[in-house]
Amino acid sequence: MSTNLADPTRLATPPTFQSVSLSRRIKNGLATGLVWGAFLIAIIPLVWVLYTVLQRGFPVILDGDWWQKSMSGLLARQQGGGAYHAIYGTLVQGLVCAVISVPIGIMVAIYLVEYGGRSRLAKSTTFMVDILTGVPSIVAALFVYTVWITYFGLGRSALAVSLALVLLMVPVIVRTTEEMLKIVPDELREASYALGIPKWKTIVKIVIPTALSGILTGIMLALARVMGETAPVLVLAAYAPFINYNLFDGPMASLPLMMVNERNNPTQAGFERIWGAAITLVVLITLFNLLATVISRALAPKTK
Amino acid sequence: MAKRLDIKDLNLFYGKFHAVENVSLAVPPKNVTAFIGPSGCGKSTVLRSLNRMHEVAPGARVEGKVLLDGEDIYASTVDPVEVRRTIGMVFQRPNPFPTMSIRDNVVAGLKLAGVKNKKELDEVAERSLRGANLWNEVKDRLDKPGGGLSGGQQQRLCIARAIAVQPDVLLMDEPCSALDPISTLAIEDLITELKKEYTIVIVTHNMQQAARVSDQTAFFNLLGVGQPGQLIEVDDTEKIFSNPGQKATEDYISGRFG
Repeated sequence: MSTNLADPTRLATPPTFQSVSLSRRIKNGLATGLVWGAFLIAIIPLVWVLYTVLQRGFPVILDGDWWQKSMSGLLARQQGGGAYHAIYGTLVQGLVCAVISVPIGIMVAIYLVEYGGRSRLAKSTTFMVDILTGVPSIVAALFVYTVWITYFGLGRSALAVSLALVLLMVPVIVRTTEEMLKIVPDELREASYALGIPKWKTIVKIVIPTALSGILTGIMLALARVMGETAPVLVLAAYAPFINYNLFDGPMASLPLMMVNERNNPTQAGFERIWGAAITLVVLITLFNLLATVISRALAPKTK
Repeated sequence: MAKRLDIKDLNLFYGKFHAVENVSLAVPPKNVTAFIGPSGCGKSTVLRSLNRMHEVAPGARVEGKVLLDGEDIYASTVDPVEVRRTIGMVFQRPNPFPTMSIRDNVVAGLKLAGVKNKKELDEVAERSLRGANLWNEVKDRLDKPGGGLSGGQQQRLCIARAIAVQPDVLLMDEPCSALDPISTLAIEDLITELKKEYTIVIVTHNMQQAARVSDQTAFFNLLGVGQPGQLIEVDDTEKIFSNPGQKATEDYISGRFG
C-alpha cells in the first residue's frame, strides 16, 4: 500500500482504459476519407465555374462602358457596347416581382403560423405552397403566357416576366417566413398578451421584429434566385439591344436573355458579352447575398 | 387599486381533457396567495385562467366564474385584452422582448397601447424599475438590450414590465424556478414590497418560498393520472404549514407525498 501511495503512476490493478482499437481507427479513417472526398467533389465544380466565369468575364466588366451603355446600334461583330439595358431589366423585373411577392408571401406565412393552426384552409394552403415550390420556371412562364397574353390579349412585357417570377418567389417567401415565425418562442407572444396587447399588435410589433432578420435574408435569397431565371424572360419578353424603361410595353433585355441572345453571335464580341453578362449576374446575386447578411446581422436581436 | 378576485366553481379543459375541477377560492386584495401542489395538478392552469391566458392554448375551455371586484372576467361582453391589461402576469422563464432595449421592454405595454409622450414613458420606466428593485443596476444602460441581463435581472425586468401598466392584480407562475438562490431572495423581497400595492397570486414548487412570502396558501392535488386536479384546501399560510385541515396537505408539505 505504501508504495502505491508513494507512486501514484503505479497501478495496483490492470488499467481500465485501453487505447483506441484497430477496427475503430480503420472506421474513423474511412469515414474521414469519405467526408473529405464528398467535400472535394462538391467544391471542385463550384471553383471551376467561378474560375471560368471570372477568367473569361472579368476583363469585360472592367470597361466602364459595360456598366453605362446598351448594345443599341452595334453590329453583332462590333466590339464595345455594354450591359446597362440588361442590368436594368434584370433589376427592375426582380424588384417589381419582389414588391408583389413580399407582402403576399409574408401575409400568407402570418396566416399559416399565427391564425391557421390546424384548420383545413391552413392545411390546404401549405399543400398548395409545397406544390408551387416544385413548379418548374418554364411552367410558370407558360401559365402566365396563357393567361396574360393568350387569354387577356396583353402584350409580352417586363411586367409579364415579373408576374411569372412572382409565382416562383411567393412559395419561397412563404416557406422561409413561416420557418422564421415558428422559431419565435411562444413565451414572447404570451408575455405580450399578458400586457394587454392585442394579437395583431403582438404580431406586428413583437413577433415580426424578432423574426425580421431571418425573413429579410429569405427575401434576398429568393430575389437572388429569381433574377437568374431564364425561362420566363425567354417566353415572356423579347430581347431589346436598347434601353427600354417601360415596364408595361415593348421588349426588354435582362442578363439571362442577353446571354441567350449572344449565343447566336459566333464572333469574338459575342463570346465576350456572354461571359460579361454571366459575371455581371453572379456579381449582382453575390451583392444581394452580402446585403442579406449585412441586414440580418444588423437586425438580429442583440444581447450586448 | 388592488382588487379582490373570487373564483367560483371553475372547471378548466384542454380539448376533452378535464384539467381542473370545481375550484372556488377568494383572493383578498393587497395579499399574497400561493398555489402549491405536485406537478400536473393544475395550479398553473388555474393561474392562467385568472387573466384569460388559459384560452390562448388551442382547444382550451373555461366553465365557471372569475370575479374581479364582483365583475365576471368571463362575461361575454368582456374583452380579454382589457382583462390582461388589468391582471398582469410574470412567467416561469424570464422572457424580455429580444429586439427591445431595457427601457423599451419596461414601457412596452404602454408604448404598444399608444402612449407616445417620451417624458411620461421615461417616468414610468424609472418608477417601474425602482419598483422592481432593478433601477440601480440598469440605470446607466437603459438603451442596452434586455437580453444582456442576468437571469435574475431579466426576471425583475419582466416584473417591472408587468407593473408598468399598473395592473390591479399580479399573477406569478413559478417566477423563481429558473433562478439562483440570491436572485430568488431578491424576487421574494420584491413580492413583499409589491404586496403593499398589488394583489398577488403566485404559483410555486418551493414550499419554503410559499411559507416565506404568502399570507394564504392553496393546496392543489391530483387524485390520479388522467383525473382532473382539485383544490384540496385553502387557508392562512401559517395554518396550512403548522396545522393543515387535510391529511393530503400534511403529507405533501411534510414530504411524505405519494
